[in-house]
Amino acid sequence: MSKANTTVAPSGEELVFTRPASLVDRPTHYCPGCHHGIAHRLVAELLDEMGVIENTIAVASIGCSVFLYNYIDADGVESPHGRAPAVATGVKRARPDKFVFTYQGDGDLASIGMAEIIHAANRGERISVVFINNTVYGMTGGQMAPTTLIGQKTTTCPAGRCLEREGAPIRMAEIIAHLGGTAFCARGSLDSVKNIRQAKKYMRQAFEVQAKGFGFGFVELLSGCPTNWRMTPVAANKRIADEMIPYFPLGVYRDVVADGTCGSMVAGGE
Amino acid sequence: MSRITVSEERCKGCLLCTQVCPVEIIRQSERINQHGYKVAEVPAEDMEKCTGCASCATICPDVAIEVWRGKKPKKSA
Repeated sequence: MSKANTTVAPSGEELVFTRPASLVDRPTHYCPGCHHGIAHRLVAELLDEMGVIENTIAVASIGCSVFLYNYIDADGVESPHGRAPAVATGVKRARPDKFVFTYQGDGDLASIGMAEIIHAANRGERISVVFINNTVYGMTGGQMAPTTLIGQKTTTCPAGRCLEREGAPIRMAEIIAHLGGTAFCARGSLDSVKNIRQAKKYMRQAFEVQAKGFGFGFVELLSGCPTNWRMTPVAANKRIADEMIPYFPLGVYRDVVADGTCGSMVAGGE
Repeated sequence: MSRITVSEERCKGCLLCTQVCPVEIIRQSERINQHGYKVAEVPAEDMEKCTGCASCATICPDVAIEVWRGKKPKKSA
């Protein structure tokens, strides 16, 4: 909820929720019920609340989120096909005073960009990563992703994903949490009001570990893709709660601030 | 009194807001916007039930909802 805005109407009513200032006033190209819109808003609200929007460099990825630069009113670099963490590494090392985040989907981050994300996290780059996990390749028409659930039907596994043939869905938050340079790692969900509010708290922590120089911040957001799931938006939200959250448990997987080990990570800075 | 405003140009008729409203006053209207979506609305007679909780705006993927919260009568500040 955006509380920064304190507009008061002549009647005494207070505007308690509106579009954050750094979210461009433009209808998104996303499908009805797509959670990218919620994730964009959370990112914009946090950049506003942290006061870093003027110093932000966004690194966008490939997929539906490729048009991030149309919606977030920050400077940006386009780095498709999973290379966003590598490009963000260069951006942050060249301009350590800037706030650098990447925004990537599961086809981008967990498949084609697996090497980049693993090594960026392992090096402890001072960047933040927002990872949208909707278990499918959205923009290209609903092909199977590394995160596609067992039994889920997609255009490239029309009989449902098979454990023996395609392997198990990748749990990225758990993997990233165990890498040396990760300062904060959590998984949230965007399927309900409660989970959205919790997800925003996780995102704030992932952003703050960068701002404080502790290391790599990662937050995975379980999201819906009603179009490629062949569902209504309401049914898609129910699927997240019923099928995705049991396989992808929500919660914090690493938090060096809470662990009290953040001091040792600052010493390894640039 | 609290109230919400729905931007009919931005609403895509996904109806997620209708599911989360604790007083269940949001519904799909018969109006169709320029993109062809049937937009969400709150009937005028139901608006006074709005609590200003902002659940609908929180879950709206298109930031189509603004929430105005009225001052509580008992609160002086």
